[in-house]
Amino acid sequence: MNFAPRTLRKHILDMSFAGGTVHIPSAFSIVEILSTLYSKHLNYSKDNMHGLERDSLVLSKGHGVMALYACLYQAGILDELDLKNYFKDGSRLKGLSDTHVPGLEVTSGSLGHGLSVGTGMALGHKMAGRPHQVFAVVGDGEMNEGPMWEALLFASHFKLDNLIVIVDKNGFQAMGPTNEVMSLGNLSQKFAAFDFAVEEVDGHDLSELDRALTTLRGQKDGKPKALIANTTKGKGVSFMENDNRWHYTRLDNSTYHGAVKEVEGL
Amino acid sequence: MRNSFIQTLVRRAKVDPKIFLLTGDIGFSLLEPFAEQFPDRFLNVGIAEQNMMGIAAGLSREGYTVFTYSIGNFPTLRCMEQIRYDICYHQSNVKIIAVGAGYAYGSLGVSHHTTEDLGMLRTLPNMVVTSPGDPNEVGALTDFLCTHNGPCYMRLNKVGEPILNGTINSLSLGEVLQVKEGEGTAVLTTGAVLPEAFNFIRSERPDYALYSFPFVSPIDTQAMTKILNRFPRIMTVEEHQMNCGFGSAILEIANDLFYRGQISKMPPVQRVAIPNKFVGFSGSQEYLRREVGLSL
Repeated sequence: MNFAPRTLRKHILDMSFAGGTVHIPSAFSIVEILSTLYSKHLNYSKDNMHGLERDSLVLSKGHGVMALYACLYQAGILDELDLKNYFKDGSRLKGLSDTHVPGLEVTSGSLGHGLSVGTGMALGHKMAGRPHQVFAVVGDGEMNEGPMWEALLFASHFKLDNLIVIVDKNGFQAMGPTNEVMSLGNLSQKFAAFDFAVEEVDGHDLSELDRALTTLRGQKDGKPKALIANTTKGKGVSFMENDNRWHYTRLDNSTYHGAVKEVEGL
Repeated sequence: MRNSFIQTLVRRAKVDPKIFLLTGDIGFSLLEPFAEQFPDRFLNVGIAEQNMMGIAAGLSREGYTVFTYSIGNFPTLRCMEQIRYDICYHQSNVKIIAVGAGYAYGSLGVSHHTTEDLGMLRTLPNMVVTSPGDPNEVGALTDFLCTHNGPCYMRLNKVGEPILNGTINSLSLGEVLQVKEGEGTAVLTTGAVLPEAFNFIRSERPDYALYSFPFVSPIDTQAMTKILNRFPRIMTVEEHQMNCGFGSAILEIANDLFYRGQISKMPPVQRVAIPNKFVGFSGSQEYLRREVGLSL
């Protein structure tokens, strides 16, 4: 199955244009993360998705959901019609992650919830002696929310080494750069202080992401894991990168075609 | 009531391996029997109620019937969004148990006065809101919670409540219990004000009928139709704010039945409840009830 970043970005642009939606940059910043998970690390497919013998990807930053839809389409779990009807009246595919869509583990339109639910799933696996992993993709702005830190304390205390938190550290939140709105300080150090095993990488480097995930998963010291992915909001389209207005902007004919050209040219 | 809850839960957990109990660091000298017998199905998640609800939702995804336990408003108001979103929207099999309904912990102050929970929770789709009137109702409701698939809430009083119902073998969703037959006026109560209503009727109004409502939402509308057709006057009693509580629920049902022509008259409903105020001083449950005018 093909989870190439350029394919995923093209799907995101297509569905966003068809549905007249926003949140494109939030989806773009997690493309390489999801690509690496779906191609190399996530034991999840059409065949095992309905049982308990599988890994889980919990997208806690639910507004990045178009990237996840793109992966689920590539995995054969969503179809052409789903993507074409994204955001339209009566569509099951909403603008924010929702479990009524096959393949989505959590409904995460509200930030700060998904990590706790994913932590509960990791706990369930651990207590039942199942070997499966829970990968929770969270936002840096999302780390403002209190329950995120409750979940981190919990994960360490209960030695959930099957929980891997991946922070999409794209440096922005709704009203501006995270450093200006609510600084996270040294995030790697904070996770380490919460007794997580931490890796920090360029979040758009597929081989680095793969290496870091492999390293983390190889550690069996009882610590939960954190992968801080330094990303660029809007990555892949030059006029979107680091321009927070694009968080709220819909594509029109000209920007859609301009974006597609860049994404396919990469 | 606390003991009736944990004893019933332990009995159930012996035969149902899916029952899992989480506590937000509350339950000293109460939950130990469960924790000791089922260590792989019990967890103290610490003083972190929002996370507790997320954890409960995650566990319920893996097939567990999850009970969350805390005191007062902490397992509800503090984490309402988690309840709404992670639990109610997904119809997760999570049962929220709050000890300390009303002014049961009156002397601890407003933080521990559980007086708006019924109103808040009954607004949520898919949430079954329960409020037992005595330890027998607690046992039957706990049984119900263990078998009902979906979100539930139960507000327990504390300890030492008199038993006023006979044996209750089982409860169906929304069931209404007749505690005393009567005529003219029907007193409808929910929760631990049941003994007060019972005593009031026995000493001052022996002709009144008394019904206990273990379910605040939903309520069996057929039972309500019968009551409203039989009794020209209704009194509701609850240890909860006047706004949006049990009495409001009864008004809603009466209105809707009247609107649909299923009852011929709108009865006058006297609502006895807390008059929408906070009580800023300490006191026992009896004292505080009197002070706010919640007495019969």
